[in-house]
Amino acid sequence: MLPIALGDATKVIGVLMLADKEYVAVMQLHKYVDDDRLISVINEFIGEIYQRPPVRSSVKRTLRIKRVYDIKVLEIKFPYVLLHVSCEHGTYVRKLIHDIGEVLGVGAHMRELRRVRTGPFREDDYLVNLHELSEAVYLYNELKNQSLLRKYIMPVEYAVSHLPKVVVSDGAVGALTYGADLAIPGIVRLHEHIKKGDLVAILTLKGELVALGRALMDSEEIVNNMKGVAFKTIRVIMPRDVYPRAWGQRYTRTS
Amino acid sequence: MDVTSEGLKFIDELDRFGGVSRRWLIKRDESTDSRYGVLPKTRPISELLRFGIICVDKPPGPTSHEVVAWVKRLLDLPKAGHGGTLESYP
Repeated sequence: MLPIALGDATKVIGVLMLADKEYVAVMQLHKYVDDDRLISVINEFIGEIYQRPPVRSSVKRTLRIKRVYDIKVLEIKFPYVLLHVSCEHGTYVRKLIHDIGEVLGVGAHMRELRRVRTGPFREDDYLVNLHELSEAVYLYNELKNQSLLRKYIMPVEYAVSHLPKVVVSDGAVGALTYGADLAIPGIVRLHEHIKKGDLVAILTLKGELVALGRALMDSEEIVNNMKGVAFKTIRVIMPRDVYPRAWGQRYTRTS
Repeated sequence: MDVTSEGLKFIDELDRFGGVSRRWLIKRDESTDSRYGVLPKTRPISELLRFGIICVDKPPGPTSHEVVAWVKRLLDLPKAGHGGTLESYP
């Protein structure tokens, strides 16, 4: 499963790259170990682990701490073990399996790998293969029928659906798209438990993604105050001038 | 249903999709003007192609990069990008 961002939606790719991932992998054991020991060693790899990226990797090969949230053993059929791994971004499953093999003392390697979740996107929702996509494009180009294309392309907002959210007034949108930070008076509603430093999605009342922001205050502080800058704008997705410019109105002469 | 209620309903749907179960803290009651912007689900196709995501069932052969290039050409887009590879080499 590969989420592909189209056009300006590419601006949210960073969010997906940094999101948690889930994989289904086949581990091949090099010698027999009994199931109880296998499962107990696998369980030792749940939590914070130290991992040195494999030789063939795209990052610096220094020891890193990665969080493995869960490893489920789906099936054991010696020498194969089917695993479901849920982990932090940047965890190498190939290396994880190699390391499990080392601790078991028999050695193991990864036979197959499939990603089943990237952030909010799961394998079971909206998955489209290239043939279906090609068919949808044909239907649209030749017969002006949008139905299939609409079925396969999701609004960009889904890519940030796992983030905490802040909803702003129409009047605040214009300034945000010009790069301004979000001040408390522009906020209509926000999720609870946002902590200073958290990444948030800034949405209009229609649900359109305006920008990604970094919290400068906790949710509770924002609720209890009437002014101040609450979120730093770090990535603007909405184009300028979709909403009217409403800032600095005090200084403009109206006829 | 008015546009503000529809917008908020869509945001609830996003929360469900993303597995977010946080409650809302309401600062004030306000509505949105239907003359500006658009409900994401009713975006014209030309805009959807600029602000959209496709989850592709990647065949095992080609690289993620190749699949993106293919989708880009197919949809005639100026740019497209993917959300991380399984195992990336430089």
